[in-house]
Amino acid sequence: MAETTLEPAATPAVATRRQSGGFRRGLQHRVLPIFTTLAIVYLMIPIAVMIVFSFNKPDGKFNYIWNQFSLDGWAHPFDWPGLGDSVITSLSVAVISTLIATIIGTMMGLALTRYDFRGRGALNGIIFLPMATPEIVLGASLLTLFVATALPPLAGGVPTLYPTGFLTILIAHVMFNISYVVVTVKARLAGFDRRLEEAAMDLGANEITTFWKVTFPLIFPGIMAAALLAFSLSIDDFVITNFVSGRTNTFPIWVYSIQKNALPVQINVIGSIIFLGAVGLVGLTTLRSGRAARIR
Amino acid sequence: MTAAPHPRAPTRPTLRARFGRAVPYLLLAPGVLWLFIFYVIPAVQMFTYSISTGTLETGYTMTLNADAYATAIDRFGKQFLNSILYGGLATILTLAIGFPVAYTIAFRGGRYKNLILFLVIAPFFTSFLIRTISWKILLGDEGPLLAPLRHGLGLIDANVWLIGHQGIIDGRFTLVNTPIAQVAGLTYNFLPFMILPLYVALEKIDIRLIEAAEDLYANRAAAFRRITLPLALPGVFAGSLLTFIPSMGDYINAELLGNPGTRMIGNVIQNRLLVQNDYPVGSALSFMLMAGILVAVAVYARLLGTEQLTG
Repeated sequence: MAETTLEPAATPAVATRRQSGGFRRGLQHRVLPIFTTLAIVYLMIPIAVMIVFSFNKPDGKFNYIWNQFSLDGWAHPFDWPGLGDSVITSLSVAVISTLIATIIGTMMGLALTRYDFRGRGALNGIIFLPMATPEIVLGASLLTLFVATALPPLAGGVPTLYPTGFLTILIAHVMFNISYVVVTVKARLAGFDRRLEEAAMDLGANEITTFWKVTFPLIFPGIMAAALLAFSLSIDDFVITNFVSGRTNTFPIWVYSIQKNALPVQINVIGSIIFLGAVGLVGLTTLRSGRAARIR
Repeated sequence: MTAAPHPRAPTRPTLRARFGRAVPYLLLAPGVLWLFIFYVIPAVQMFTYSISTGTLETGYTMTLNADAYATAIDRFGKQFLNSILYGGLATILTLAIGFPVAYTIAFRGGRYKNLILFLVIAPFFTSFLIRTISWKILLGDEGPLLAPLRHGLGLIDANVWLIGHQGIIDGRFTLVNTPIAQVAGLTYNFLPFMILPLYVALEKIDIRLIEAAEDLYANRAAAFRRITLPLALPGVFAGSLLTFIPSMGDYINAELLGNPGTRMIGNVIQNRLLVQNDYPVGSALSFMLMAGILVAVAVYARLLGTEQLTG
């Protein structure tokens, strides 16, 4: 391939083409930034709509058309039957599933990066499977398992998970979060300088002390990143949850079930609170890690 | 605390001495078990139901017949095609929008790199469902986009021919409940999944390779085609999969932004399992979706010639 570019005959043609470089450079310098700005605007528009329409006072049950400015939604953010409960359920599921998935996933991430064992290569690939499976298939297949626990031949022989509810939501959320945690923690461990641990052990620390005093603090940012990711995936999940939630409502499920009959402004208010909270949290962590990096 | 610095008493191998080579397995056990019980077994169960007969009341018996598959293909072929069509369109559009964006962030982001990346992932901080509802507000007949055009300028109905009849319902120009809105929603919702892997791939490119190509008299187009693009292929591969797989299985955009004629396979699976309690057909459909995607991934990997990607 390299030879073709080195052919002397090609040189004059290349030289003439080079003169159009000014145009191309112009393209790179102006068009690309403008295009990128437009794309970012495209990404931001629905968020802006969500926030703006949280200040709407809809004329009727559906918050689809701008009517007049109002702070009603913000003054009474939970003023709709079932909304408060669904937010509490969402938060509980997100906190508990994040804790479980982060612990289990970090352990797996450690095993996969630091130990050599049979099946390690295979497991490194398999761990991506739940991430590559469409959510709808994950949800549908979990539902078939939960249904099966209540039907013969399994009925009575195993703990029943049907009708579905809080517990099955939790199980599903831990399941889809594990892979994300493993991958995130592995990425953090990949650049780990093991000489730091050796130094600790040379100074007489045993493995457990070394882990808690040296390894853990160093990979903690990775674990935090994994936990944040798991939390946001869990609190936002709709597709899988819809299959395994039964009559229990998380916030997205509540929104989905109500939007056919009404679209209260409170949906936009809660959405805005979650958005601003998440942005604030990420902003804080970035600031802190930025400062830590500068100190180093 | 536990280990005083005492050179004569090496406490180092305790963990390994006690558990030996079991340590990695002990660390892996909870996760592997969880994924086995709640990922592998459900997949097996789903396949079993797809070749079973019965009802939710009487239970299911495995009869090894393929009736559910025949029904699935017979009745829901259109929805499968819709999934491929709209999922594919959304993937192409995200690639067309995402590549220049990722390229700009990677090579020309400068000190705004992190800020732009943050803005790219910002949509993830709101609920997927609320973002889609926002699109419904935005594109609505009396929404911020169409209302001014219709009332202020009277443009819309005159310019109907521009979009073609897809956008017209009852002689009026509308966007909600059309395939246009549905594809726009899908493209929007999965765009960050395309930009991020593209950015990661482009960012890793050693700029000296491009300079070398230019030193060797490649013009910018040739350098892009011969150096940048091949090195970005892993990102194209990952980004397309991360966009195509979830948009194929999506049913929210079809339900909120599309119409009954644009329903995708996800809508049918959801309906079969959650509304009709038709487990054999619902299972058959999602099994076919899964298998179809695996085949598509394999073919796509071959086409891009990226076997080394997975290694």
